[in-house]
Amino acid sequence: MPNSSAERNEYDVAVIGAGPAGLAAAAAAADTGVSVALVDSGPRPGGQYWRHRTGDDGTHHHDWAEFTRLRARIREVDHLAEHAVWHIEPGFTVHATGRDPVRARRLVLAPGAHDRQLPFPGWTLPGVYTAGGVQALLKGHGVLAGKRIVVAGTGPFLLAVAAGLLDAGAGVAGVFEAGTPAGFARHPLAVAGALGKLGEGAGYLRVVGRRYRTRTMVIAAHGTGELSGVTVAKVDANWQVVPGTERDVACDALAVGYGFTPQLELPLQLGCATRLDADGSLVATADDRQMSTVEGVFLAGEVCGVGGSALAVTEGLIAGRHAAGVSAGSRLLRRRRAQRRFAGALHQAFPLRRGWLDRVGADTVVCRCEEVRHRAVTAAVDDLGATDPRTVKLLARPGMGLCQGRVCGFATACVVADRLGRTLIEADLRGLAARPVAQPVTLGELAG
Amino acid sequence: MRFTFDGKAIPAEPGQSIGAALIAAGHRSWRRTRIDAAPRGIFCGIGICHDCLVTVDGAANRRACLVEAAEDMRVTTQEGAGRAELEC
Ligand code: FES
Repeated sequence: MPNSSAERNEYDVAVIGAGPAGLAAAAAAADTGVSVALVDSGPRPGGQYWRHRTGDDGTHHHDWAEFTRLRARIREVDHLAEHAVWHIEPGFTVHATGRDPVRARRLVLAPGAHDRQLPFPGWTLPGVYTAGGVQALLKGHGVLAGKRIVVAGTGPFLLAVAAGLLDAGAGVAGVFEAGTPAGFARHPLAVAGALGKLGEGAGYLRVVGRRYRTRTMVIAAHGTGELSGVTVAKVDANWQVVPGTERDVACDALAVGYGFTPQLELPLQLGCATRLDADGSLVATADDRQMSTVEGVFLAGEVCGVGGSALAVTEGLIAGRHAAGVSAGSRLLRRRRAQRRFAGALHQAFPLRRGWLDRVGADTVVCRCEEVRHRAVTAAVDDLGATDPRTVKLLARPGMGLCQGRVCGFATACVVADRLGRTLIEADLRGLAARPVAQPVTLGELAG
Repeated sequence: MRFTFDGKAIPAEPGQSIGAALIAAGHRSWRRTRIDAAPRGIFCGIGICHDCLVTVDGAANRRACLVEAAEDMRVTTQEGAGRAELEC
């Protein structure tokens, strides 16, 4: 078992995050003989992708064999579980909740991502969940989010969630994909391959079957106090509603997600350069060695580009070796190239289209924490003259609540850029993603 | 295993979060927001959104989606964001 009560505080390499990328990085670094700490907020390794309960045999997980292989390889690693990293000082000193700071010569940041959300009328009703949240309830806690579940948004992850729910015996009332993957794909073969590969065995598509509807969006959620149904409609290529196609679908749970938002607070704290990726996400820039623009800070997984677990593992293996001062073999580099091409094809196949913006009514809540409505966001631009999302945040408070803009940051940036009549730029997202404290901490911990 | 939610017994399996056990028991919301007094429960399910806050054994602002249920835990609803300092 990995050592979880280590007294030691100095390591050659500290890996932050124990999902696919972090596990791979820790394993690869440890294999070279250096000392490695793996710091993670979860009670067990695996991250969101391999989220599981104690005693889970992996039956309902994908790539479980990969997980158990990696887990076996981190025996020599000090796994510091249930410690959420909230700040890293240059040099590097890693501050995590509930323990003394960890010092390391090199870092691998593998913080992962969470579901990307686009606001729509009714999305604050209890019973509306993120797609990842519904999957976490199932994989991590053995609980179905509802008796009749609608899955909606865009991207192949919807199929994975729906197939998992069906596999567990849930009632799935529909799976609504806003895009038309086949039609949009510039690399149809890559996408077909992707869906096939994601399908593993039975094939998600075959499992989900006729419940899968493309060019269809949930445009509103309804209910008195709690969710009782959604309105879905056909949309055109720009995600505008095709008039007359609206229909109501009764459900007690909605699992919604429009891709992923990487967690950028740690790279931003350390001063790493960022860029806007093809899927519209703010990501940290990594070189061929997976090193960021800050010497000694390596990156792996979604933080340097959303690409799924297989790519995350490859990047982790490369980052772990380089962080340990050993270069990665050409096989790994070739694998990374192929997996990145594949991720790029998926981004092209499932793009966000601006039509969703027209359905965010003046009254629709954009920021759930501070309950900031769309009208307040647009007023900050129209009446108060804000010309960037960061100023809108200061004037109208979206992103000022407990989640620090993790949920609404992307949407707020899109609304503001659109109101200003321009496309989203990197600075829009960067202005909302910087968080001096990456995790909720007690005042005592801040006082240190 | 059982914990109490506003005095009512809620069954939970080992390793289950408070939030997951509440959903399994048919509760979808357990908090009211500060401004609109709107009901909220779990949204992200992974500790990001803070929609799911509850008071656990007197400590406010615990994320129900993260805190594992334990025997005889006393969970209560809270209004708004709570005034106590944030806890992990
Ligand atoms: S449901 Fe989002 S933090 Fe608990």
